[in-house]
Amino acid sequence: MVYRGPYKVRAEEKDIPAIEHPNDAIVRVALAAICGSDLHLYHGMMPDTRVGMTFGHEFVGVVEDVGPDVRNLERGDRVMVPFNIFCGTCWYCARGLYSNCHNVNPNATAVGGIYGYSNTTGGYDGGQAEYVRVPFADVGPSVIPDWMDDEDAVLLTDALATGYFGAQLGDIVEGDVVVVFGAGPVGLYAAKSAWLMGAGRVIVIDHLEYRLAKARTFAHAETYNFTEYDDIVVHLKKITDHLGADVAIDAVGAEADGNLIQHVTSAKLKLQGGSPVALNWAIDSVRKGATISVMGAYGPIFSAVKFGDAFNKGLTLRMNQCPVKRQWPRLFEHVRNGYLKPSDIVTHRIPLEHIAEGYHIFSAKLDGCIKPLIVASSS
Amino acid sequence: MTYTSKRPPLTESSDQLRARIPGWGADLDPKDRPSVPKLRWQEDRTGAHWEFPERQPERGRRERSIEHKFLTPVFGTSCPPRGLSGVLRRLSYRKYSEGRAAHWLLLLAADRVDAWEHHARSFLTLRPDNPITETGVLSEFSRHGVSSRLGKKRADVKHQMLDPVIVAGPWVAVGGLVFGTVRKVLRRSDAPGPRGARRRRSS
Ligand SMILES: [Zn+2]
Ligand SMILES: [Zn+2]
Repeated sequence: MVYRGPYKVRAEEKDIPAIEHPNDAIVRVALAAICGSDLHLYHGMMPDTRVGMTFGHEFVGVVEDVGPDVRNLERGDRVMVPFNIFCGTCWYCARGLYSNCHNVNPNATAVGGIYGYSNTTGGYDGGQAEYVRVPFADVGPSVIPDWMDDEDAVLLTDALATGYFGAQLGDIVEGDVVVVFGAGPVGLYAAKSAWLMGAGRVIVIDHLEYRLAKARTFAHAETYNFTEYDDIVVHLKKITDHLGADVAIDAVGAEADGNLIQHVTSAKLKLQGGSPVALNWAIDSVRKGATISVMGAYGPIFSAVKFGDAFNKGLTLRMNQCPVKRQWPRLFEHVRNGYLKPSDIVTHRIPLEHIAEGYHIFSAKLDGCIKPLIVASSS
Repeated sequence: MTYTSKRPPLTESSDQLRARIPGWGADLDPKDRPSVPKLRWQEDRTGAHWEFPERQPERGRRERSIEHKFLTPVFGTSCPPRGLSGVLRRLSYRKYSEGRAAHWLLLLAADRVDAWEHHARSFLTLRPDNPITETGVLSEFSRHGVSSRLGKKRADVKHQMLDPVIVAGPWVAVGGLVFGTVRKVLRRSDAPGPRGARRRRSS
């Protein structure tokens, strides 16, 4: 797929990517996913998103070719690739902050490298394609365990790992009341992960009934549709005995669809990096001294966050892009034990040629879409 | 009750939750959670066998943030800057740090210019931009799109009415301004005997 400008993408023939660094691999993509954060690109909200770019940071495939310096992978290996591109040895990687690698993104120091996520994250083409260049092939990808199928694996490359990481950033202790804003894939996984960490009550907030239904069945959560309440913050206070939640997880990010002013200034006029409606609800609805975890995607531009309230309430705000590979060993165990079944949330399987339809359905939230997968044309 | 020291009681005990939810409490102990503690030294370096990676060859001049000391050893090569949008992008990277709003706003402006440039250029190719297929609206008919739009309290419906105004508004305003300016200029040049000249004569 290639980006053609806001709200426009199409399938197009491009050159097969070449090895540009001795530790590169070329992966033939079997399965990719469209992610909620791809919509920031699709809507033209992420700076330096260039016409002709290929999106897609969630993909699995087979190693087609390796550079001369690659030791850990061979042609024919079935691999899953974390959405972060990282070197393994810089100051950040050495301390496990793979999402903050300093050696892969010349365009910015504030964010690491990500596949198919504009030039702001390094200018790499993504995996919604037949072939993709994978830098630092000895470091990023893992061979998919035999017992795991591609659909589960592709969800571990971002969505599940990020959801779990979000719950982890909440520092949940036994019995905590956890509220998750957003019942997209990441929110659903975060809600589910909160139970693994011992939450006493998990509440999910969204505006789409079909996603809330999924939150009830898949994530065993208590759910509320914010469009049915004058003020969702007051409602959350009421149902927590006027204390507020102990932990809030923002799994929405900068494109929250809450109020019209935010919608106009950010989504339409691009005056904000995104409307932090969900984050502000999180700040308002937790108890004093609570922890807020943010892993919905936010861009580099100014957002009107209610910092004063966060200060006065003594909140702890924790956030980052998920260092995916650090989550894998534990998540593999949970998948194997049946505690987490990643592919349960997949609703659509769309051929690569129909990528424009895929983006439209996902962006407009049509046809009960929760997670669309993109099936490579060659397979 | 909040106004006393007691926590509000939960409706379910930990044992009830453990019985109801598969895996409840599996990671109750923070030590079982990955990336705890945050800055733990990574012994295995996840397979890296270098101290500093070999450098990817630079073909053409690669733009970079001025907050970086040098071009990072690995970088993406998708869509090098070109055209007017390329000029804006290069300017933004050369002049402004990531801390400056101008950096990001210039890049966003360049994105809009880039889209127009490509849109215009596409009409010179065998495959011009097609607003019907590229926006994917056909899925509204092929994949239950319309039926899922109707009769539901969808949050995006309320501003669908407003969107055309918000999107088209600035364009109409700019168009009006351009039209007005052009008309003024034309009137000035069409007028028999320019005003400036007349004034000069009378003085
Ligand atoms: Zn993603
Ligand atoms: Zn690194």
